Amino acid sequence: MGAKRDTFRKILHYIKRYWFFVAMSLIFAAVTVALTLYFPILTGQAVDQILGPGRVDFQQIRKILETAVAIILLTAVSQWIMNVCNNRITYHVVQDIRRDAFAKIEILPLRYIDSHSYGDVVSRVIADVDQFADGLLMGFTQFFTGVMTIVGTLGFMVSINIKITLVVVLITPVSLFVASFIAKKSYSMFKLQSETRGEQTGLIEEAVGNQKVVQAFNHEKQCQEQFDEINGRLEKCSLRATFFSSLVNPSTRFVNSLVYTGVGIAGAISAIRGGISVGQLSSFLSYANQYTKPFNEISGVVTELQNAVACAARIFELIGEEPQTPDKEGAEELHDVKGYVELRDVSFSYDPKQKLIENFNLSVKPGQRVAIVGPTGCGKTTLINLLMRFYDADSGKILVDGTDVMEATRKSLRGSYGMVLQDTWLRNGTIRENIAMGKPDATEEEIRAAAVASHAHSFIKRLPNGYDTVISEDGDNLSQGQRQLLCITRVMLCLPPMLILDEATSSIDTRTEIRIQEAFARMMEGRTSFIVAHRLSTIREADIILVMRDGQIVEQGRHKELLAKNGFYAELYNSQFSGRKSP
Amino acid sequence: MKKLLVYLSHYKKESILGPLFKLLEASFELLVPLVMAAVIDKGIAGRDMGYVVRMCLVMVGLGVVGLICSVTAQYFAAKAAVGFATGVRHALFSHIQSLSYTEMDTLGTSTMITRMTSDVNQVQSGVNMTLRLFLRSPFIVFGAMGMAFTINGKAAMIFVVTIPLLSVVVFGIMLATMPLYKKVQANLDKVLGSTRENLTGVRVLRAFNKEEEERKRFSERNESLTRIQVFAGRISALMNPMTYVIINGAVVALIWTGAIQVDGGIITQGEVVALVNYMSQILVELIKLANLIITITKALACASRISAVLETEPSMTSPSEEGWTEDGTGSRGTVEFSHVSLAYRHAGANSLTDIDFRAERGQTIGIIGGTGSGKTSLVNLIPRFYDATEGQILVDGRDVKEYPLHVLRDKIGVVPQKAVLFKGTIRDNLRWGKENAGEEEMWEALELSQAKEFVEKKENGLDTMVNQGGRNLSGGQRQRLTIARALVKKPEILILDDSASALDFATDAKLRAAIRGMKEKLTVFIVSQRASSIQYADQIIVLDDGEVAGIGTHEELLANCPVYQEIYYSQFPKEDA
Repeated sequence: MGAKRDTFRKILHYIKRYWFFVAMSLIFAAVTVALTLYFPILTGQAVDQILGPGRVDFQQIRKILETAVAIILLTAVSQWIMNVCNNRITYHVVQDIRRDAFAKIEILPLRYIDSHSYGDVVSRVIADVDQFADGLLMGFTQFFTGVMTIVGTLGFMVSINIKITLVVVLITPVSLFVASFIAKKSYSMFKLQSETRGEQTGLIEEAVGNQKVVQAFNHEKQCQEQFDEINGRLEKCSLRATFFSSLVNPSTRFVNSLVYTGVGIAGAISAIRGGISVGQLSSFLSYANQYTKPFNEISGVVTELQNAVACAARIFELIGEEPQTPDKEGAEELHDVKGYVELRDVSFSYDPKQKLIENFNLSVKPGQRVAIVGPTGCGKTTLINLLMRFYDADSGKILVDGTDVMEATRKSLRGSYGMVLQDTWLRNGTIRENIAMGKPDATEEEIRAAAVASHAHSFIKRLPNGYDTVISEDGDNLSQGQRQLLCITRVMLCLPPMLILDEATSSIDTRTEIRIQEAFARMMEGRTSFIVAHRLSTIREADIILVMRDGQIVEQGRHKELLAKNGFYAELYNSQFSGRKSP
Repeated sequence: MKKLLVYLSHYKKESILGPLFKLLEASFELLVPLVMAAVIDKGIAGRDMGYVVRMCLVMVGLGVVGLICSVTAQYFAAKAAVGFATGVRHALFSHIQSLSYTEMDTLGTSTMITRMTSDVNQVQSGVNMTLRLFLRSPFIVFGAMGMAFTINGKAAMIFVVTIPLLSVVVFGIMLATMPLYKKVQANLDKVLGSTRENLTGVRVLRAFNKEEEERKRFSERNESLTRIQVFAGRISALMNPMTYVIINGAVVALIWTGAIQVDGGIITQGEVVALVNYMSQILVELIKLANLIITITKALACASRISAVLETEPSMTSPSEEGWTEDGTGSRGTVEFSHVSLAYRHAGANSLTDIDFRAERGQTIGIIGGTGSGKTSLVNLIPRFYDATEGQILVDGRDVKEYPLHVLRDKIGVVPQKAVLFKGTIRDNLRWGKENAGEEEMWEALELSQAKEFVEKKENGLDTMVNQGGRNLSGGQRQRLTIARALVKKPEILILDDSASALDFATDAKLRAAIRGMKEKLTVFIVSQRASSIQYADQIIVLDDGEVAGIGTHEELLANCPVYQEIYYSQFPKEDA
């Protein structure tokens, strides 16, 4: 319950910003209701002028009807303004929430992103926010007018007969009680529904996103089974949530019929005793009807709101997620980095139970090339995560030009590195946009020059729209090698003082690779570079070779020294040639 | 749209009973005022206390019956709507699975996701609301009109004019907003795309310090979504005021006509009141209907987006399995390309031109060539991921187009370039290859793919959880698991599409040696950039710009294929060799 109140507080916080429109909406709701309640009085007065043949006061009627027309138009206008205000509030609140959710995604620690399903996060930002919007809009349009109508009719009823009014006032809240009971029950059902939806979105993301693999393994049937299993659960919990919440309307209407009957009995008794006239009773009945209607609507809205709140809770959970530790106050901006990199007693692991890197020491001078080699899964990528501060070390220090990276801004640290990852991620946009990612104001010549230098130019110019070719969402219109070339071009364009190359050239054919390596060599000139590579030819030219195994540096040195040592490196190196000697 | 209605027809009973019960409830509701009239006319006029109490009990009884009817109606409506949505999601998922590579290349993943989630949800609530209200509202609207005719024909003509006018407004607004809601969903796609991109590309975006810019980019898309939503909302918001004006305008007209009729002695004052009441009843019902219309409009827009997916025909059809017999000619494991060319849809030029070769059972075929030379395109033709535009591909002596797709693909183990694993345990992932694979078979495959060691080291062994996309494993580990997954299948043909790129040389060499040493002779296609990976192949196909630059053994090619020489010597400088 506390959590729910918390969610409400957060929602209110977002709405607060639009207080002006909320106030407008309230005012016009009041105007609309007052005019709507006044209109029947006018028609009643008009009808009173029609007594019988020859006893019709046309002049009077015309006067009344003229007023009526004016009232109609006024009502319509104020109703429209109210609706427009509500719309505006809802969609702007939703926009703000989405903006904040996205802003949070931008500062979430990588640990969170790596360990959560993308589909689930996406479903929070899209589907949950959508549901919330629907609920909020309904809430606004029906809640205000409902409350106003209740207040208005209450006044009219009291003016006719207080005792019978009491009957109405006492029975009606029963419907609210029923509604809130159902709402409370359905809250958990709605929550289960949106959780199941999130789970399903995760599966869709996975299966549809990798549909090619699914097909290659004839795995369509199994995926479908898995999907249908979740789909079946979703159907069940969705049916429960939908049905249970839809009970509100019939039950409150039943309570209304009790109110109607109550008024009937009380009114009839009172009429038999001569307390009120039949005419008064009939108008009382119609007001009692008017009075209970908003209760129905409000209670209907309550379930919609329950759903909305359940969705909002999931969004706020994301927004409230712990962000990465912000840069320290007065953190240093790294300027003109020379390229001293030092790791002192660095320990790190993803899972506290499984130790990975322990007491790691490394010292790199400007311009040196550090090649990281070792069998797969020995922690090479982890090193990059630490250098770039995608993850922070558990203990120990990483220093760049003598500054502890924890004392520097992430922006300046990351800006000092040029990175080409194994995962050739490109964004949905033109080739030009992708190349200019690190330098959006790059000129056409600069972009071309970078592409020429990385040998990407020749394939780009052959694409249907050249540099303006749009890379599809999953980049499937380019080959892995072409993607890699673009990733390299992206770095070529900015040329930061330090480089990180993660198996960067593994998918490029060697002919192109040779040329790229020349370009790289030029690029690496005077730049500290970390290269995770499998090509021993690259490694041979490195100033420091780090041989890693199980998260530890087992050997460190130059190619010749390491070979002479005849240790793990020698074993690795010779395996290439042993492969050449005997099939 | 018709395609979607099929899924509702599975719930015919519910779709008919739901509205019917709703109608029943409405009728009971209409009875209540009659009972009250009796209370007034007989009970009060006759001062009969007992009668009043009896009638009130009748009213409570009517309320109970109404409650039961309405609960039943809600249940049927919910059941039909939820069941319908479940069916549609099932169909969508299964349809998307049936689309071939060509269609998936043109459709995007994120729009598929919104269509399967948000769009289906909107349609579900649309169906639910429609079933609850679509009989009830017209019943009351036309019922009221009918009652008006029993009172006075002339006055009833006002109803005859008003109702079509209302329909014009209601449907006009619906038609005007429908394209807007479609735009809303399209904008939502973009917002989703942005969100997704920032999750999948988080490392690159942060490395380039793009957070600030991404926020701006997202805000732009977010704002344009809001703009169109507010605009669509503004037009939808016209519905209530306009219907209000029309109805109450009609009320004014009724009073005026009524006054003239009463003056002429044709109808009574009471009847005028009744006419006005009927008109008001229509208004109340229309307000409900207006909300329904907005929901329906949104639902229709979403439904057409869903149909668009369902209507995308797979460009590839699989011959039916019936009558399919494996002929035992003993040519298992052979692959033959006969003058094959391939041009992708919408591409100007051929990606492969006149490829012609034959691979015998147990042979290893190496494929090497520059980036974009068509290596992957070539191997993608074997499991028929794409259809060749010219020529024929024969597997086991038969055209791949003759095979039911899954029979063909069962013969072939594919290890794609991108090492994709799925959420679940390592065991689950391996069983992709063979559903009922035993413990031993899996370990055997792991050993062959050089993955045994690291899996053994995991605390939970085969039961180690793999996160979505395999993000808790290194690239090399993932790659070895994808190889194991293909080997568990015990295929006749194994395709390694640059699958050792994330492996170090030692592992790569061990892997190749292990595959060569297998008892069951596999026909292996190795696509690689590394000459060392393919140099012992029985045949090496050298591709250059989609054309064969040479076919032969390492020695032959080294002697007379300039493209191969260039590749080889770039990796193994002469002085070393």
